[in-house]
Amino acid sequence: MELRLDVADRVDHLPGQHYVVRLTAEDGYTAQRSYSVASAPGDPLVELFVERLDEGEVSGYLVDVVEPGDVLDVRGPIGGWFVWDGEEPALLVGGGSGVVPLVAMVRHARDIGGEDLLRVAVSARTLAELPYADELVAAGALVVTTREPHGIRPAARLTAMDLLPLWESGQVALVCGSTPFAESASQLLVGMGVAPAAIRVERFGPSGGPAV
Amino acid sequence: MAGPTRGFLGRSRAPRDPRLPPGQYDAGADWPVLTAEPTPRISPETWSITVDGQVEKPTTWTWDEAHQLPGAEYRGDIHCVTTWSKFGTRFGGISVDSLLDIARPTPEGRFVMATSKTGYNTNLPLEDVTGGKAWVVWEYDGKPLPIEHGGPVRLLVPHLYFWKSAKWISKLTLMARDQPGFWEQNGYHDRGDPWRQQRYQGD
Repeated sequence: MELRLDVADRVDHLPGQHYVVRLTAEDGYTAQRSYSVASAPGDPLVELFVERLDEGEVSGYLVDVVEPGDVLDVRGPIGGWFVWDGEEPALLVGGGSGVVPLVAMVRHARDIGGEDLLRVAVSARTLAELPYADELVAAGALVVTTREPHGIRPAARLTAMDLLPLWESGQVALVCGSTPFAESASQLLVGMGVAPAAIRVERFGPSGGPAV
Repeated sequence: MAGPTRGFLGRSRAPRDPRLPPGQYDAGADWPVLTAEPTPRISPETWSITVDGQVEKPTTWTWDEAHQLPGAEYRGDIHCVTTWSKFGTRFGGISVDSLLDIARPTPEGRFVMATSKTGYNTNLPLEDVTGGKAWVVWEYDGKPLPIEHGGPVRLLVPHLYFWKSAKWISKLTLMARDQPGFWEQNGYHDRGDPWRQQRYQGD
């Protein structure tokens, strides 16, 4: 679910950064989680993508309870590593909800006329489970689905053969997804000869937040 | 906004484990893997650890030399800033004290930069890695430390958030002045005490 926030006096984020949402109960109990920003810095609102997790204390509240007009305690932008500066050529590789920070990069590229700087490959179990699927397809992303065919492509995991045509020297690679996805995608890149120093990885832990 | 969030009840908080710092949850048997870089392949034959900077005797130990130092074990809990905690872990290796006893920090050496083979680094006050509070470990639960958890060798500073426990550790540099490491430059706290919820700069 997309949560669009009007953040007063905000500092513009870099595409790839995240926000922390903190909820406080009447008795002072608090719970906080990190969510990737899907909007471009030029968007007047900050858009977070919230995946509703089973028994997700924060995601359940944000998806089921929050209504337009509610006030939330947020903090951000956070993270200065997994970011795209809008200038360097980059290969973006995302799995599942790990595509969200990449969507911010794609939108920012569109805003600044820098679409040529980005190559995008995304993977999800099914197209329906891929956040921002239509927008990613429209932006020319290579879409891989592992549990159903997609176009002429059978259900299959991302391979080096998929990534090789997208890779050019001088690019940085930005990989984001679950721990197994990020591990396998970054090892694919290393296997293709991409220097580890050119690869930035954001792994999503079970907390549903960008990981440290 | 400091007040309550409309309609937020939160999960039941009656039976909260006293081992759990504020804002953390029990990961149970899971041990999430969180790293900013591709996992490197490092063999014990090529691994070494160096203590340098503000020390009287800069020293490098190979894998075999490090194993000659007195063995030490940590049994207890670990806490990650992404809000998971893991109880009752058991790590084996050596105490950081054993390395510092040989390299001998000078009086100016009050901070430590821990650096990994991958280039990752993290800063710590010296007092957080001395006095039996920090280890250089190569075993988890009696077995070789898995590569995704920092094997063959990682730093272990379990009383601080786990990003301070640098994976694939290769160097401890004593410094006169504190300098931010990788995550600290990116907005995370310089000390990272989970009991004080020192997650981000300014906490």
